[in-house]
Amino acid sequence: MVKLAEWQGKEVFRKYGIPLPRGAVARSAEEAEALVRDGAVPLPCVVKAQVLAGGRGKGGAVRFASTAAEARDAAAAILALEFKGEKVKEVLLEEKLALAHELYLAITLDRSARLPVLITSARGGVEIESVADTEIDRQHVDPFPGLTAFEKRRAARSLGLTGGPAKALDQVLTGLWRAFMAEDAELVEINPLAVVGDGLVALDAKVIIEDDAAFRHPEYAEIRDDRTPLEEIAREKEIAFVQLDGNIGVIANGAGLTMATLDVLKEFGGDPGVFLDLGGTDDPNKVTEAFLLMAQAKPKAVFLNIFGGVTRCDTVAKGLVAALTQVPAAERFPLVARIRGNNEKEGIEILRAAGITSTPNLRESAQAAVAAARGAGA
Amino acid sequence: MTTLLNRETRVVIQGITGHQGTVHARQMREFGTPVVAGVTPGKGGSTVEGVPVYDAVRDAVQATGANAACIFVPAPFAKDALLEAVDAGIPLAVVVTEHIPFHDMLVMYHYARAHGTRIIGPNCPGIASPGYAKVGIIPNVVFRPGRIGVVSRSGTLTYEIVNGIKEHGLGQSTCFGLGGDPVVGTSFVDALPLFEADPDTDLVVLVGEIGGTAEEEAAEYIQHHFTKPVVAYIAGRSAPPGKRMGHAGAIITRGRGTAESKLAALERAGARVARFPYEIPDLVAEIAARGARR
Repeated sequence: MVKLAEWQGKEVFRKYGIPLPRGAVARSAEEAEALVRDGAVPLPCVVKAQVLAGGRGKGGAVRFASTAAEARDAAAAILALEFKGEKVKEVLLEEKLALAHELYLAITLDRSARLPVLITSARGGVEIESVADTEIDRQHVDPFPGLTAFEKRRAARSLGLTGGPAKALDQVLTGLWRAFMAEDAELVEINPLAVVGDGLVALDAKVIIEDDAAFRHPEYAEIRDDRTPLEEIAREKEIAFVQLDGNIGVIANGAGLTMATLDVLKEFGGDPGVFLDLGGTDDPNKVTEAFLLMAQAKPKAVFLNIFGGVTRCDTVAKGLVAALTQVPAAERFPLVARIRGNNEKEGIEILRAAGITSTPNLRESAQAAVAAARGAGA
Repeated sequence: MTTLLNRETRVVIQGITGHQGTVHARQMREFGTPVVAGVTPGKGGSTVEGVPVYDAVRDAVQATGANAACIFVPAPFAKDALLEAVDAGIPLAVVVTEHIPFHDMLVMYHYARAHGTRIIGPNCPGIASPGYAKVGIIPNVVFRPGRIGVVSRSGTLTYEIVNGIKEHGLGQSTCFGLGGDPVVGTSFVDALPLFEADPDTDLVVLVGEIGGTAEEEAAEYIQHHFTKPVVAYIAGRSAPPGKRMGHAGAIITRGRGTAESKLAALERAGARVARFPYEIPDLVAEIAARGARR
């Protein structure tokens, strides 16, 4: 999931002909002031923190300015913020428009219907979750014909638009649909879409691009999610790795088995802290890398729970044994292993030769892992 | 479940010349599945594990009568591979490939449906009926013929649970690994009617995960249309909100799709709920001992 900042989302919208306020991005107060003095940003203007979290208006992350000096001060104040844990590095300066009305528009995936869904509401400018269901219209859009004229007319009716703004909506919806499809988006959202005179302007932009489509979108490769440094390394090595506050490291294969392992550890009073999902691999080196990554997270104990399919038990055992020789003695942690499935016998034999016992029973091995973490903590 | 897999099942493996394609061609055969053809564009005329390779699915179907496809083609080319299978008239396609963009899957799903092809997957372990055939990658060692149906969104967790059933001395009729992607070809609600109609299945084990609403929809279906006993397990009860746990299906957002909501819905529908994977075989055995049919 690649979440684009507002200004990046607006660059996408611009590509698809969605009308935007005039504006520019600044990374310092001086730059903000210069943008206003040069006329790139008309006055009065709004200065907005470029962060991914919502609720910027209430959090002091959106300010207004009617002179270049005010724009500089507003930018300085916002750039000094840490908004909901995220350091503000950029501000977007835009002309402040006289708007008549604020609307909501979005296209996302409805998993159950297996169709994109166009969501419209005449109650824009607030969190859509707070709007009553009766004031939200949802239309499924079939990707084969694409967004049709009659669907756009229904959207206009649901928003109470006629005349010029209804005509403008046609263009906005066409652009939004094309952006959703061509950019491989999970979500394209305009909230608010402002009625300004006879036209419409997208005042905000939320665009989320699907990770799995990265192979055809190299342009998004540089945009990162909120990951810890170890999570970032894991991502580069294509290992699913999630870091939390607990003290037991869990290495499993497959999301479902990883989650089930976590459930069992919690049941026995364990406090799982790092989850590492090997996924499907038959490369012992990848397993070794995963273990070394786990060692860096400094768990009190590690629970290895593997059910061999594509990832065979002997592959995991080889990778594990290779990793253990590379972990300095001082950084070793107790290890509880449970490996089942394809090539189980071979895997258990490799572990045994390295002095590691594999327990077949999930309940017992989880209890052993919890006890090991306690022992190491005492 | 002879509607999907039966003694006439003949499998073509798309991407057979790749490492996984080759390994699993062998394992499907060892399971007793007739693997009659492989397809890799440009490699037509060669053989893999004694299986003839064709350049196109249509050629493979004409030459061998293949009627089920198993797709191992890398994600950027998987959509085309599936559309080709549909175009060749193959009624069942298991898509093992992971990381297929959901935008591609939308096209795959609706095209397949319009032309009468059932997709299982993507990003899934596939389907197996012990004694008949296996299309996919579920390890052979976990199976034993029996009368328990298994339907799951997970991969390895499915193996764990199916293996647990076997170790308890019971066996499976058919096991579905549906995959956990945002758009799947076959959902719980699509698979359950097949079990309802299947004379070889006495009860069904349903394995879900947090995220999405597929389990809630399954509960709704079970409540109104399903007459066989159901044992359900939901993975991720203790997963932290908002953190991704491996794939897109496993995201919790704003209370929807939580383990609590799914478990409550399934209990209301009359399913027996297992709190942990190792409780499943006991519940299954208990119901089986009482006499399978309600």
